[in-house]
This record gives sequence, structure tokens and C-alpha cells, in this order.
Amino acid sequence: MEMNDKKLQVSAIKNGTVIDHIPANSLFKVINILGLDKIETQMTVGSNFESKKLGLKAIIKITDVFFIDDDINKIALVAPEAKLNIIKDYKVVEKKVVEVPDNIKGIAKCGNPKCITNHEGIVPKFTVVNKKKVAIKCHYCEKITDSEHMKIF
Amino acid sequence: MENKHLISITDYSKEEIFRILDLATDFEKNPNQNLLDNKVIATLFFEPSTRTRLSFESAISRLGGKFIGFTDSSSSSVSKGESLKDTIMTVANYSDMIVMRHPIEGSARWASEVSRVPIVNAGDGANQHPTQTLLDLYSIRKTQGTLDNLNVYFVGDLKYGRTVHSLLQAMSMFNTTFNFISPEELKIPDEYKLFLDKKGLKYYEHRDFSDIISHADIIYMTRIQRERFSDPMEYEKTKNSYVLKNDMLENTKPNMKVLHPLPRVKEIHTNVDENKKAYYFTQALNGVYTRQAIITHILGLKK
Repeated sequence: MEMNDKKLQVSAIKNGTVIDHIPANSLFKVINILGLDKIETQMTVGSNFESKKLGLKAIIKITDVFFIDDDINKIALVAPEAKLNIIKDYKVVEKKVVEVPDNIKGIAKCGNPKCITNHEGIVPKFTVVNKKKVAIKCHYCEKITDSEHMKIF
Repeated sequence: MENKHLISITDYSKEEIFRILDLATDFEKNPNQNLLDNKVIATLFFEPSTRTRLSFESAISRLGGKFIGFTDSSSSSVSKGESLKDTIMTVANYSDMIVMRHPIEGSARWASEVSRVPIVNAGDGANQHPTQTLLDLYSIRKTQGTLDNLNVYFVGDLKYGRTVHSLLQAMSMFNTTFNFISPEELKIPDEYKLFLDKKGLKYYEHRDFSDIISHADIIYMTRIQRERFSDPMEYEKTKNSYVLKNDMLENTKPNMKVLHPLPRVKEIHTNVDENKKAYYFTQALNGVYTRQAIITHILGLKK
């Protein structure tokens, strides 16, 4: 019984959003993209859980926060397998998977150091050219950046 | 829809390309036409490119227009740290069109988004050089009578050569068969092979510059630059292996022409120059007609 008392409990949330199946090394990118460093409600973050699919995964539970699809799809660039559970009164009322958008604006940096977006204060724009193994083509320099080399603002 | 700017060859449809080539044919017959009377064209060369600049300035002059600009950024406010946006927005007030060469990739696209006058990209870093592509297309159509079903050989630096990449993109609309002859270090990047795979076009890669060129309709030569090699030994070994000499042209097809975007260094031996199949100097002349066509097309001065 004593042991049980000391066990860290990641408690269920009453209302809010659970984002699961985030690759562990993308956790902080996801936090950045969704601006989770600025929210003021309770949030539980866990990382480096074992996952058959991802190797190591991370999970985020956020109380009283719900996202619109457009915002959620932004994390597809770094966590294409992510799954969302929308929780209302301790129950999962909706499950969502992320979808890689056709175009993105202002989330990723162009991987080409000679691109104009890395020289003048320009919001980068991309067309997604590969949705499975995410690759994006810069609207300006026309170079392709793959997920491995992708830098998120 | 017709384009207001010329930024990337990939923005142009087959129809619009043909429209420009047809206009260029007209300018070849009749080069001096006063269509740019009372028009001012800015030629902003943020990095020097004498050949491209002179070709544009010749085209503008033959159209009776005036040009203003600078020949490298050290002689402009850019050296004081002015942003590209500010330069373009200012110069747009002084001119009816801006022709620009810039070392940074994507700069022309950005300029077209902030400029109120048309932008013509005269080269943005390693990205695009669409007026070169159009003059290449003009030269190919003129010498072969068509752009369809040709066998095009690219030789030399196929990794960094933007003229190769843009011409490949444009020729992919015409059922072209591609042959790529280059050293391992400078081979055609995978993304272009993927592009051709997607279009279902045939291509072949070769390391040796040999008699395989007997099937060519066009041989497009490019310069191999020392600075492209990580290993200087490798450069010394390869630099003489991709040189076109006159005797190599003996068994080539009678319609075959040798193109080169120029400047040429040693990759085409000077003994090729007298050969009827050498076309690179005429190609440069075609550049003036093609640029006349581009300018008048974009400004809507030709019916």
C-alpha cells in the first residue's frame, strides 16, 4: 500500500484534450507550434514512454483547452501519427487524427540557408509535396525540405 | 491566365511559352521596333552578370526604351544595408518594369509580391533563370523545327547547373528523352529524376562522355567549376573528361546542335566553333530576341 502512495499518478482530466502518439523528440516542437507554453490551465506532459510504433512517444493532457482542426493539423509536420482525444466529463467524446495540410504558412523554416526567407523578415510559405514522409517545397526558393531537416519556429 | 511577372519557368503554360517563342520569331525578322517608347526599364544586378545584363539592355535598346539600374550591389544602397523589399518598392516608382539578378534564392518571387510593376527574374541564386530557359527553348525549336519528342543530352555539372534544371522542367512538357552525362559528384539530383519518373519520361545516366551522343538531337554543355568539388584531386581527374572536341561530332546526327549557356571555359574545345553543329553563339543572339519577346509580352505591348 505504501508503494502505491508514492506512485506518480498521471490523472485523467475532466474536460480538455489529450494528444497521444507524439514522437518523443518532437514533443517540444508540438508545444511550440500549439503555443502550449502560454496556456494557463493545468497541463500534464509525459515523455519517453515506450511505443511499439514510434519507439519512444510523448503524451500531453491539457485541461479545458480545445483546438480547431487547422491548428491541430499544423503539428502534422512533426507528429504525423498523433491522435487526439477530446474529453468531456472524463469521457472520450471524440477522437481525431491529424491531417497533413496542402499548404503551410509560417510554421516551418525553409531548410535552404540561401533562401530569401532566411535573410529578410518574410513569413515562409510551403506546398506539401509528400504527406507520408513529410516534405515541403518553399514557395520562394522552390527547394524541398524534408521532415528530418525541418525547423519549426 | 497570363502572367504579370516572369519568376519561374514552371509558372508558364505551354501556350504562354509558345506565345513568347512566336513573338521572338517576329523580333528575329524585325528586331528594331519602337514599342518601348517613353518606357523606363530598371535592370537591377545585385550580383554582376555581364552577359545577361547586356543582352537585356540590348533588347530594351532595340525596342526604343530606356534603362536605369546598377551592375553590382556595391554601387547601390544595398551596400548600406537596405532590404530587398525597400529597394524594389523604391525602384518600382522609377520604372515600368524591373529586371533583376540576385544571389539569394526566392528573391525574385519575393520582389514580385512587393512590387507594383512587373518583375522579370534574370537569375535568383541557384534557383531559376527563366529567360535563359526561354532562349534555350527558342534555340531548340528553331534548329529542330519542333520541341516534341527530342533526344536531349545534358553534359557537365548537372547537380548545380540551374539552366539544366529549368530546361529539364520545361522540356518535360514535350515528351523529351533525357540523357545525363556527368561525373558522379555532379550527377543530376534525385528530385529531378523523381520528377521525370512521375511524368513517365525516359532518362539515362552516363558517366562516360562517349559515342552515345550519336543519338542526340541537342547536346547541352555546361561548365564544370573547380569550387563544386569537395576533393580538388577529383576535379583534376574529371575536368578533362567532359570536354567536347570536334572529332567527337563526326558520327552525330545531321540535325544535331551543340548548345551552351556561356560563358564557356574549356568544356568545348575551340575547334568545335567552326563546326556547323556549334550553335552557342547564335543561341546568345537568340537571347536578345527572346528577351524582347518577354518584355513586350509582359507589358502587353504586342497584339
